[in-house]
Order: sequence, then C-alpha cells, then structure tokens
Amino acid sequence: MSTDLTAEGGHGAVPTGAEVPVEPQASTTRRDWPLYEVFVRGKRGLNHVHVGSLHAPDDEMAVHAARDLYTRRNEGVSIWVVRAADITASSPDEKDPMFAPSGDKVYRHPTFYDIPEDVPHM
Amino acid sequence: MSAPTLDRPAAPDERALQEHFDATIAADKRIEPRDWMPEGYRTGLIRQIAQHAHSEIIGMQPEGDWLLAAPSLRRKAILLAKVQDEAGHGMYLYSAAETLGADRADLTDKLIERKQKYSSIFNYPTLTFADVGVIGWLVDGAAICNQVPLCRSSYGPYARAMIRVCKEESFHQRQGFELLMTMMRGTEAQRAMVQDAVDRWWWPSLMMFGPPDVDSPNSAQSMAWGVKRHGNDELRQRFVDMTVPQAAVLGVTLPDPELALDPATGRYRFGPIDWSELKAVIAGNGPCNDERIARRRAARDGNAWVTEAATVYAAKRTQEHAS
Repeated sequence: MSTDLTAEGGHGAVPTGAEVPVEPQASTTRRDWPLYEVFVRGKRGLNHVHVGSLHAPDDEMAVHAARDLYTRRNEGVSIWVVRAADITASSPDEKDPMFAPSGDKVYRHPTFYDIPEDVPHM
Repeated sequence: MSAPTLDRPAAPDERALQEHFDATIAADKRIEPRDWMPEGYRTGLIRQIAQHAHSEIIGMQPEGDWLLAAPSLRRKAILLAKVQDEAGHGMYLYSAAETLGADRADLTDKLIERKQKYSSIFNYPTLTFADVGVIGWLVDGAAICNQVPLCRSSYGPYARAMIRVCKEESFHQRQGFELLMTMMRGTEAQRAMVQDAVDRWWWPSLMMFGPPDVDSPNSAQSMAWGVKRHGNDELRQRFVDMTVPQAAVLGVTLPDPELALDPATGRYRFGPIDWSELKAVIAGNGPCNDERIARRRAARDGNAWVTEAATVYAAKRTQEHAS
C-alpha cells in the first residue's frame, strides 16, 4: 500500500497518511454558520452537561438543530446553546496556574481531620 | 475560545510540554482540546476523525436509496431513523474534528474534492432490500468492532463522540439482523436474496479493517499515542469470530471455503483477502465512487441557497433587535 490505512476510523480502513491535507484552506466562499456549543439536561435533578457543538445561523435554529442532533432518544429535558465565541475559558491543563492555589489547601477536605473512630455520625 | 487573562508564567519550553503530554498519555488520562499536543498527534487525529465523519455522511447514501422502496411502513420508519443516526454520527465527529482546529465546511470541501477519503465499504451498491439487512449486520457489526475500542481513545472529544455513536450503533446491527431473520423465514426467493447479499458484502466487510498490520506503518505511533487501541488483524479476527455463529443462526453460508474453527486457538481461520480490490476501491475505482461524491456535491451546492438565506435572515433579525 502506498499510504497508511487505519482500521479505526469507525466504518473502516481509509488512507490517513501524511498526503491527506488537514489544514483549512482560505476560502472566499465560506458558507458555514457560527459554531454553537450545546448543553443538555439529561433529566430533572441533573445539571446541563456539554454534549458537543453544531453550526446554526441563529440562536433559535441552534436549539432546533440541537434537539434533532443530540436528543433523538429522549436524552434530555432541556437544552442550552451558546455561541462558542462567547465562552471565556480557563485552560483545562492540570498544570494551569489558575488551579495551583487549591493544590496545597488540603484542610479544605474532610479527610484532613483526624477524628477518633468511636465518634458517631461524623 | 479565549485565553485566560490571568498573568501566566513564561511558556515552558517544548520539551517540558512534550513530557507533560507523554505523562498524560502514560497515565491513560485524556488529552483535551486546549492542551499542548505534538503536531503529528493533532494532524493524525484530524485525518482519522474527518475520514470517519465523511464515512458516516456518505454512508447515508447506500441505505438511503431504499427509503422510498422499503417494503412496509415499519421498515421505512426504522430505516429513516437509522439514516438519520448516520447523519448524527457524522455531525458528532465533525464537532470533535473542529476542536482540533479543523473547519467543518472546509472538511466537506476536501471530501468533495477527493482530498480526504471515506470508507471503501460505501462504494458498493445496494442492489436489493436484503442489502439493507446485511449492511446492518455485517458492515455495522464491523464498525462496532472498530468503534468500541475508540471509546477509550486518548483524545477526549473523539472518545466522547464514540461513546454516543456506539450506543446507537447497537440498534443498527440488531435491526439488520432482525430484518434478515424475517427474510430467512420467508420464501425461497427471499432466502436466496439474503444469501446473495451476504456473498457480495462479506469480503468488503473484512477489508474494512484495513491491510495486515505489517503493511500499516503508522499504526505503531497511533497505538503509542492511545489513538488506536488494537491492530487491524486483531480487530478483523474478532469480527470473524463474532460473525460465524451469527451466520449459523441465520442459516446463511459465508462465502469462504477455507473458513474453519482452529481447535488450538478457538478462533476461526479464513481465506486470503484480495487486497487489490481494496486498493482499487480506495483509489476511486469502486462501483459507486463517482456517484457518491456527485451526490454529496449536489447536496452542498443545491442547498447553498438555504444556508445563505438563513444567514441573511439571522443578520436581519439581529439588526431589528438592535434598532
């Protein structure tokens, strides 16, 4: 084979070698809509959880598309959509300095405190 | 997404970043979109996820051809749900590819321009309604073998998309098997139709797993990165072992005279695969390559006015709200 094939692309083996381009080309005919992130409340009593993203022309259409895309089998009772561009995020990297200060505050956890075993209901 | 505005220490050098990445992989933890990652990891994932997404989208066509000819309302409703799922799977995967810096519309362009490929299996025609059942049973069965290990892929968004896909894929396989069982209980002509479909789809299904591991040079790197979890040969063997007893239940014959249980290993030996066929199909010379791409192109171009109209309407409403 002239090119590498992976079997793990889901529905089968296709070329994934270096000759397959991946970077977006500059295009003057970009047709795509803005990117929305989708959050679904699975059932009453649970938080909304991020499930993925989609493109839609506006907020209302984003909710409709999210309904069809992410809740075809009663996976949710409520949907939030928000434009990806409107999200401000920390880095999820665990080395991010934003999360470093909590690392040495072990006294914030119940296991920090030694209590005799015979103290009831503690 | 924007960067945090807090003061940050000077960017650590690439070696430290690489070590942190390697440690995350070694601990079997997930890599998330904004993590540093080697360029080869990122581009390799885009290629893999994009071709997977393209396969789901193109995969709507062979079965979609039977939507208007399904023999009953029940079968039509099931098939419609399945084809809709394939669209959904494509969307989950494009969504994952976008977290790596790919652009969804651009990926579609690359598919239509044949710069990126999709699975060879969807370049075969669906000649009878039995093909719908055999695709569910064999093609989706093979897909499940491929996809279940991907739920543990080291890249978080891909693994999460695959968990969602796998849940739905199980319905696809079972509806196919049930369809075939129904036909096998029918007339002699229906049984012959099922056998004919099995004869045509068996070898292409085995080819779905790719060439033998010895001919798959990048696999070792993919395994080390936790992107790929098992070799092509192992996955193919699992599929055969899983499928032979199912064929017996159905009462069909798998078209391989060399297929036999190896008592020493408890696994099934099977005959040689004609790799020249896979090569030809991937090179664009399968029975339906041109048709599949032409239809995808027609969908993109024919629906462009809808995309544009919705964009203009959204802009107009935003203006109205502002004034």
